[in-house]
Amino acid sequence: VAIDPTRVRRFAHGSRVPGWDEAADLWKAPAVVPDAATTPVPEELRREIEDYMGRYPDFRSAAIPALHAAQRVHGWCSPTAIEQVACVMRLTPGYLQAVATFYDMFETVPKGRHDIYVCTNISCSLRGADDIYATMLSAAGDDPDFHVKAFECLGACDLAPMASVDGQYVGPLTEADCDAIVADVKAGRPVLPAKQLQNLKAAGQPGGGVSGRSEAGGEKA
Amino acid sequence: MSSYETFLLFEDIDRPGLNTLEVYQRERGGYEMLRKALDMEPGEVLAQLQASGIRGRGGAGFAMGTKASFIPHGDMDKYVVCNADESEPGTFKDRELMQKNPHLLIEGIAIAARAIEATHAFIFIRGEYELQADILERALAEAKAADLLGSLNMWVHRGAGAYICGEETALLDSLEGRRGNPRLKPPFPAVQGLYQGPTLINNVETLMNAPLILRMGGDEYAKLGTERSTGTKVVSVSGCVQRPGNYEVELGIPSRDILYGLAGGPPEGRAIKFWFPGGSSSPVLPGTDEFLDLPYDFESMAKAGSMLGSAAIIVVDDTVSVVDVALKTAKFYRHESCGKCTPCREGTNWTVKMLERIDNGEATPMDLDIMAAVCDQIIGHCLCVLGDAMAMPIASMIKHFRPEFEAHIEAARERNGLGASIPPLNRDEHAGPMPVLN
Repeated sequence: VAIDPTRVRRFAHGSRVPGWDEAADLWKAPAVVPDAATTPVPEELRREIEDYMGRYPDFRSAAIPALHAAQRVHGWCSPTAIEQVACVMRLTPGYLQAVATFYDMFETVPKGRHDIYVCTNISCSLRGADDIYATMLSAAGDDPDFHVKAFECLGACDLAPMASVDGQYVGPLTEADCDAIVADVKAGRPVLPAKQLQNLKAAGQPGGGVSGRSEAGGEKA
Repeated sequence: MSSYETFLLFEDIDRPGLNTLEVYQRERGGYEMLRKALDMEPGEVLAQLQASGIRGRGGAGFAMGTKASFIPHGDMDKYVVCNADESEPGTFKDRELMQKNPHLLIEGIAIAARAIEATHAFIFIRGEYELQADILERALAEAKAADLLGSLNMWVHRGAGAYICGEETALLDSLEGRRGNPRLKPPFPAVQGLYQGPTLINNVETLMNAPLILRMGGDEYAKLGTERSTGTKVVSVSGCVQRPGNYEVELGIPSRDILYGLAGGPPEGRAIKFWFPGGSSSPVLPGTDEFLDLPYDFESMAKAGSMLGSAAIIVVDDTVSVVDVALKTAKFYRHESCGKCTPCREGTNWTVKMLERIDNGEATPMDLDIMAAVCDQIIGHCLCVLGDAMAMPIASMIKHFRPEFEAHIEAARERNGLGASIPPLNRDEHAGPMPVLN
């Protein structure tokens, strides 16, 4: 059977396998620990990273909290952000780049300011999370301020389907809530206050019970 | 509280302000057990934990007292690490516990630290739990300001989103500021863990039980539950049930009471097709009476070919296709595989590709055997159990629902005009149209 070559899916670099995102320039000298004299670091960021470094018996443990701090300042783990962390922590940028690319919450490409993580794992998808994700993507549209990401289990399956909007857990969501979330974020209001995890009344109190504990009844058979 | 439940950890959990020192210490007598532990010899505290027989609540179910007894005695720096990287799909018990009663966790960690004479303690919390981390940090600051922790140096450490960091050695690597890759065991963390020092790693729920064990006495605690699964367990029920949520029950109650009595069973007019008894890593059990009548404890689940895991029950009803759940599960593990060991990195990837082939209508029933063989080659061949955690549920789904997989394969082939996969010789007249060969 002859294979039609136009049907073979190829990546931009012409290969059928995805390979690396970017080709490395092997002629370039490896980056060394940045020179503190020529690398300006915002004073606030430096203080925060130094505070983290003081908490651990080994200062390297502060790498992840420091990258969190840098990402907050710069919006993403940009080369500048990584260089500044490297400068304060006296590590090579390569070491921090390796750490940053491992974890889901660090972005090494530019992203929108507002993170919307939609949980699409088993429990949420059994309750329609895949549709919520699709709706959320179209609600955010191509607004560069939004970073909508399908995330792995966020540990709130009792709110399924749910999302984390700038760290704030909201659920259970309906498709109509997606537009409301985007509108709330744009207006700088609290996001869906009635559906926030921290505002949900505890089970056992009148009108409460998102987790079914209070309603669960019945006599032991 | 209904008659199925037994509250230890959930006692007063919904009381407003329980997360403040004011309510926890002054009104509920918190931190008294820590004071008692500091007056006791470390060996006595350890003996109480051992007598309780409490098994780890994070997934592996290893006896906590035994684990703590492996920590060498001596003058070196020792560490307690609380594993709050709760990422197992379906599990959300630690989230609720930490959010509502952070001081109980801090007290439990301090007691565990006393038992092994540790100098440093870290709470490794997943980065997504921002609200809970803030609450813990506030509680920890309160405890430090009231000088309750003595010389123990405790910090909250936020992770950055990686399922693998729930594995104890990967967690240690991540806590040391590296990529979260698991380490070769032995040496086990009890001997050589964080910064090469002896380290006790326990789940949030396990450590929260420590003050309760001291208050009740280890022997008294051991009377709860069954002989080899002592105590109570917070069970997270989610998926296709009417009342998803956390329920605290005594170990050993019938699974049916949890699924139907507490969580309300599947929605009206539907039936349970299968359920994960302990998070997405546990082999699935069909929703038949044989399995629903099993006592919910460590041994019974193991005997039925599954595991209690983190006690996260995910219920799947009969409107959902087993192939979709299998694909979702496999994709999750492919994404979370750290890539250090070949069987896991390649095995999860190829399992996803083969499940996608089923959906595309390119598969034949032989693919199911190949998938089962791939799962077989992953189990037991990696540094950690992430690969096994994908292989076990997928293999169990193929085992219990093979006819459905085969029907899905045939239906997808018909849909794509590829014809049936069964060769003409073995076909009978009911098998549908002949394959189209080109």
